[in-house]
Amino acid sequence: MPDKLKRKNPQDRHPFLDQMSQLWRNKTAVVGLILVSFFFTAAIFAPLISPHNPNETSLYDQLKPPVWHDAGTKKNILGTDDLGRDILSRLIYGARVSLLVSMVSVGLAFVLGTFFGSLAGYYKGKLDSFIMRIMDIILAFPYLLLAIVVVAYLGPSLENAMMAIGITYVPRFARIVRGSVLEECGKDYVTAARSIGARDLRIIFLAILPNCLGPLIVQTTLSFASAILDAAALSFLGLGAQPPTPEWGAMIARSRSLILRASWVMTFPGIAILFAVLGFNLFGDGLRDALDPRLRD
Amino acid sequence: MLSYAIRRILILIPTLLGVSIIVFLMLHLTPGDPAELLLGERATDEALHQIREHLGLNEPLYVQYGMFLKRLMKGDLGETIWTRQKVWVEVKQRFPATIELAVTALFIACLFGVTLGIISATRQYSIFDYVSMLGALTGVSMPIFWLGLVFMLIFSVNLGWLPLSARLSVDVDLQVITNIYTLDALLTRNWVALKDALWHLIMPAVTLSTIPMAIIARMTRSAMLEVLRQDYIKTAKAKGLSQFKVVFKHGLRNALIPVVTTIGLQFGVTLGGAILTESIFAWPGVGKWMYDAVTQRDYMVIQGGTLFIAALFILINLCVDILYAIINPRISVR
Repeated sequence: MPDKLKRKNPQDRHPFLDQMSQLWRNKTAVVGLILVSFFFTAAIFAPLISPHNPNETSLYDQLKPPVWHDAGTKKNILGTDDLGRDILSRLIYGARVSLLVSMVSVGLAFVLGTFFGSLAGYYKGKLDSFIMRIMDIILAFPYLLLAIVVVAYLGPSLENAMMAIGITYVPRFARIVRGSVLEECGKDYVTAARSIGARDLRIIFLAILPNCLGPLIVQTTLSFASAILDAAALSFLGLGAQPPTPEWGAMIARSRSLILRASWVMTFPGIAILFAVLGFNLFGDGLRDALDPRLRD
Repeated sequence: MLSYAIRRILILIPTLLGVSIIVFLMLHLTPGDPAELLLGERATDEALHQIREHLGLNEPLYVQYGMFLKRLMKGDLGETIWTRQKVWVEVKQRFPATIELAVTALFIACLFGVTLGIISATRQYSIFDYVSMLGALTGVSMPIFWLGLVFMLIFSVNLGWLPLSARLSVDVDLQVITNIYTLDALLTRNWVALKDALWHLIMPAVTLSTIPMAIIARMTRSAMLEVLRQDYIKTAKAKGLSQFKVVFKHGLRNALIPVVTTIGLQFGVTLGGAILTESIFAWPGVGKWMYDAVTQRDYMVIQGGTLFIAALFILINLCVDILYAIINPRISVR
């Protein structure tokens, strides 16, 4: 690779910079990052950029088609739903809901998974088998089923959906962290930390975990993608966001009865979900290629 | 080999017990009176008393769990709240529809997923590779409940090619044997019904196959790439074997090992996805039944259905693990 030879001392570069430049050269990752930033921007600046109040109903503007239709108007670029609410504004505010849900649920899974995973990997033995057995039990439920059941019992709401998704994602993180901690535990720096009398928690969180961050970051990004998808599915089933919250999955559910009359009400929220999830998946794939040198060609 | 299988089955017992504990506890950890939760808010005092007696809700929790487990062993999943039917009878009635849908979806997913994966791997970095892998990533990111509705809009509403929902047209007669309609039509040589059943099956099955297909394609591609780099592939090529023989005889056989595991795991995805797909296409399987139970708050159905699906999923995973050990002898050494 000629451009690698041009560098004076490749070894002198911080691995982080090396990884970032790898990431930057990965086109799919950059596309993913652009998509993700697009949705984050929409979510953060929703009140500034959305043309209307997302929950404002208008009797005169019911089921207006998008602007490129003959009957469309510039007032509602992507049209309106059956209550005359502006679809574009609801999509923009929907980005807030979806990103918030995925951040909270993945955050929950990250904290719990890292905690239990590092305990299992560090202390090994009975504690390890006990924790991992519980993770196996959570994994024994097929995709989405556990989340649906948890919300069915706790009652349908966005908070419960976040919690349910968070719980079902704990094993992914626990398994990764346990594996990495097991691997790191045998290394000299851990022995060194022990020999100078550092406490277990300090060794786990300040010495070992920072070295396991790579796969964790990748898993977090990819989990964002599936959390958006699962939250939308739960809302679609009526178990997540409740009306009138502008949530993408709930918008699709509401549009089901309009499929013959106004297909645009259904089309746009689906496209929003698809691109948001795709963005995180592309970025996550790119991160994995950059952070895991074993996968590099 | 046998000892591995036995060990693997023994590990199942705590997992199955754990699943039953979780399903059991959910009803009891939920805020509110379980009896009221089971019967609804408008239940009479008499009915509440009756169900407390029947399920032993006044006993301590561990006694209740014992009773729950005892009933489970006898295959008693309780009665549904709304229709007062045995839950197990209802599961048996609906399960063939789900199996028909899930197996068809998985078949489509394997057929196209593995094919796409192989072609992409043999032509790495070609246009075909880029397009199919972008397609696969889109598939992984697809909200299938939306995709199902889009299919309906295109193929049923606009083009009028495929029926909108259900499993069979009203005017088609079919003698039901296994309740798997395509199989029944084949068994009774009822070609009209077979065509009709397939016509109804295709849209939900393709919808449900999207995510597994994409995952299988990605997995097959990376497994094939890994194998094609090996020395024995070079040897095979150097021997002058045809490209076809190198790829299929020497490459695919070894690449299939991780792919089989992935396919097994995808069964769980189809079982969970069946809840979404069945509720969109009004497919009368276990998934739609569970969805209806969730909206009607029939907790006995939720409990029974969850246990059934989870147990099925665990069994499938067991089969996959054992199959894996058979095709990959290295595993039993560990």
